[in-house]
Order: sequence, then structure tokens, then C-alpha cells
Amino acid sequence: MTENITPLYIRRRRANIIGTSMSMVAMVMGLFALLWILFVLLSNGIAALDFNMFTKDTPAPGTEGGGLRNAIVGSLMIVGLSVLVSTPIGILAGVYLTEFGDTSKTAEFTRFITDIMLSAPSIVLGLFVYAIAVATVGNFSGYAGSLALSLIAIPVVMRTTENMLRLVPGSLREAAFALGAPRWKVSTMVTLRAAKSGVITGVLLAVARISGETAPLLFTALNNQFFSTDMERPMANLPVVIFQFAMSPYDNWIRLAWGGALLITLAVLLLNILARVFFREKVGS
Amino acid sequence: MTDSSLAPAAVAQKNAIEVRNLNFFYGKFQGLRDVTMDIAERKVTAFIGPSGCGKSTLLRTLNRMYSLYPGQRAEGEINFYGQNILDSKQDLNLLRARIGMVFQKPTPFPMTIYDNIAFGVKLYENLSKSDMDDRVEWALSKAALWNEVKDKLGQNGMSLSGGQQQRLCIARSVAVKPSVLLLDEPTSALDPISTGKVEELVHELKQDYTIAIVTHNMQQAARCSDFTAYMYLGELIEFGETEQIFFKPKRTETEDYITGRFG
Repeated sequence: MTENITPLYIRRRRANIIGTSMSMVAMVMGLFALLWILFVLLSNGIAALDFNMFTKDTPAPGTEGGGLRNAIVGSLMIVGLSVLVSTPIGILAGVYLTEFGDTSKTAEFTRFITDIMLSAPSIVLGLFVYAIAVATVGNFSGYAGSLALSLIAIPVVMRTTENMLRLVPGSLREAAFALGAPRWKVSTMVTLRAAKSGVITGVLLAVARISGETAPLLFTALNNQFFSTDMERPMANLPVVIFQFAMSPYDNWIRLAWGGALLITLAVLLLNILARVFFREKVGS
Repeated sequence: MTDSSLAPAAVAQKNAIEVRNLNFFYGKFQGLRDVTMDIAERKVTAFIGPSGCGKSTLLRTLNRMYSLYPGQRAEGEINFYGQNILDSKQDLNLLRARIGMVFQKPTPFPMTIYDNIAFGVKLYENLSKSDMDDRVEWALSKAALWNEVKDKLGQNGMSLSGGQQQRLCIARSVAVKPSVLLLDEPTSALDPISTGKVEELVHELKQDYTIAIVTHNMQQAARCSDFTAYMYLGELIEFGETEQIFFKPKRTETEDYITGRFG
């Protein structure tokens, strides 16, 4: 064995040790930042995380107590509607890109636009929706908020759907075509089904992405101090409440802002875990 | 082009498919050169030759699979019971329902075993539940798989072993009652026992179906085919009855390949 330990081997072993330790250091730094964020959130937010948070509405300036009920319900409605709109559009567009358009000019153009949309600052999308759906109607509304969030979610869903469909082996498509199946049947019954868990993962990640977006909602749903389920009116929502309360001079508002931030983080964490579970199922099968 | 290329016609035999002066192009690259041959009804025709010789390409022209890919095109004639399927007016879905295909790697659909079989049938027939049950049993029996899966028809097709998956794919093709079955190296991903089962199956199926099989395994061609075509660099070098090709090849190239001196 000893005759194998040449100077070259020793040099390689040293390079390996250096490389491994450097990547360990990088990993620890990333993990440390994440744990720090979670620690600060927990230590500040845990105090607000009580029953009142879910049963009481946001307090008026100068009043004691209060909760986030209106903001939680508003966020759920705005994000929920946005998911209902963006999921079918995103999935169908993704199917078009892989199964129908593929290399066509239209598909290439769509991909280009999607890339721009994916990297567009969300404040720009918010401003755009403000111009078309708030300024023209005359008031802020939950619908406008959903629209702005959909503009962010659609390209995410679309891109993941496309990527997941590309992972489906061509032989599976050919096998379905070989039975005499028309293209739409092949896409819906075979390829989309084969990519199902990946596509669901994409939708969950899109939800996680939009549930913390603040800038687009500032211009569109704005905020509402009272409980309201009327999506044609301004609506309370967690990100904007956090934004306003965190910068207020009132102690109970600041406490609620931390609580809301913790709530969103936990929800996003849950969605990410769900996405992982779905994806693992796919790999497992 | 060789004088022996029309072999089956020499015997009194009905042809399911007649290929005439077929040229095939992947963009600028020519994959097939002036291929002319007949595929006899209810016989097994094997395509052999080294990798890249065009045998799979030839198989994929027979159900127009290549039409899925822009840039691939075929010139010449392929007559399927007298109808030129290279005609641009040919309905590809109907054609593929009549000329089924099984691929190298098993490709079960991500659905139950039952639905794997029913998928193709539902495309062209409106069967009652009990008729569909019968058809699924019939197809799985034809593929010698019924006894192994009859108690787990509701399980996902992907849960089967490789050999079972491949027989599921054969059953799926048989279920739509095509008249021709194209097998593209159907056993290359299987163990010897599964391979044996699939070969037996080929023997059974030729009672009712015309079969064209691409294989890298020369013993397989010798064992289960009636006619054998040897191809090289996109050309049909020799075509004739399997016995003649293996025992008295007319061309030295064929002999070299079969005896292992080349390829």
C-alpha cells in the first residue's frame, strides 16, 4: 500500500482537505444566517403568537391588545384567489411550451417574456396593476392585490411546469403516440400525469413566494383596519400590516408585526416542507 | 440494392407492408438509402445490423413515429395494405392505432395496470365496463401477464418488474387490436428469463399479427423470425428467409456480420 503514496497523491489529498473545509465554512455561514433569522423571529414573535392573534382584528392607534385576524383572512383570500388564477394559466402555458410550441417562434418569445417576468422587481408589477386596476377603478381592492400576485406566480408555475415536463422521458411520449393518441391526450393523460408531483411542487413554491410579497400589495390591496371579506374594497393582509406596524411607535403594533412575520415564515416553511414531501414521492415511485 | 431484397414475394405470401425505394433524412444526414422490402403478413421479420445501420430508423418510418420531430423526413413509398402511409394526408393517429409499437425500454404510463391497457382502447372504442374488463383480461393474457397481475390491476404500472413492464407494454399495444406490431429491441433491457418470455410471446402473437422486430441479438433473430433483413450504413444488404440468411448468406458482408468477424 505504502508505495502508492506518491507526492502527487499527497498533494491531491491536501487539496481535497482544503476544498472540503472551505465548503464546510461556507455551509456553516449560510446556516448561521438562517438560524439567526429564525432565532430573532422566534424570540420577538413568540410573545404575540397567542389566541388573540387569530380572533381579534388589528388595533386602532393608541388602543391596547388586538390581533391579526383581518390580515390573516385577507392574506388567505388574496393569495388563494391568486393561486386559483395562476395555477391553471401557468400549467397550461408550461404544457404549451413543452408539448406544443417547443421550438416555435411563439414559444421562444413566451420563454423570453417569462424570464423577464421572473426577474422583474415586484414593485414594478405592483405599480403596473395600480395603473390598470386601481387608478382606473378609483379604489384599492383585494382583487387588484390578487392580480398583482398572480403576475408574480404565473411565470414561476409556468417555468417549473415546463422544467418538470422536460424531465419526462421522450420514450413515454412516443409510447403514448404509438397507441394512436392525439397530442392533447398525450399531454394531459400521460406527460402531465408523470410530472404531477413536480408540478404541484412548483405551485407550492409559487404560493410560498407570493405569500410574503409586500410591494405589490402596497399599491393594490393596501390595508384595512377592519375585518372585511369584500374583495372589491381595500383589504388587510399580513405583509402590509407587518410593514406598517413594524415602523409604528406603538409597542403592541410592533409586537404584532413580529408575530405576523413569524406566522408567514412558519407558513412558508410548511409549504417548503410539503413541496419536498411531494417531490420525494415522485423520486420514490 | 440487391436482387434478393424482395424475398418474401418469391414465396406465395400476402404482404402487410411493402417498402419501395425508401430514403430517410435526419436533416441533411441520410439515414436510409433506397430501401425496398416486403413485410409478410402474420410472419416475423427481423432487422439486424450494427448500431447506427438504420434498422430502428426503418422501424420508425413504418408508423411514422419520425413525424413527431421536425427535420426528419422520408421519401419513397410505404404501402400498408395498398395505401401509401407516407402520403401527407395520412391520419397519423389512425395509422398508429393499426401499427402498434413497443420500445426498447419499458414505458408503463403513470397509472394503474388496468388503465395502462384501457388508455389506448378508450381512444377508439366506447366499451361498457364489463367489455373493457374482458378486453383488459384478453390483452394481458395475450401478453402472458394475466396470471401475474390479475389480483393487482389497481396497482401502478410502474410497480411491476422490468420484464413485467415490458409485457404490460406489449399487452397495451395488443389491446387496441392493431394488425402490425413493431418491436424495437424489446428485450435489450431485460434479463434472460424475461427475454425468453417475450420471445415465446412473439411466437404466439404471429398467429394473429404481423411482426417486425429490431434486435441486436442474432440468436434472437434466428430463434424467432421467419425473415431477416441485414442492414449496414442505411442500406439493406441482404433480405431473405431467416434460415437462408443464417445458413447460406449470399453476400459476404452478411456472412461476416453473422459469424462475428465484423460488427
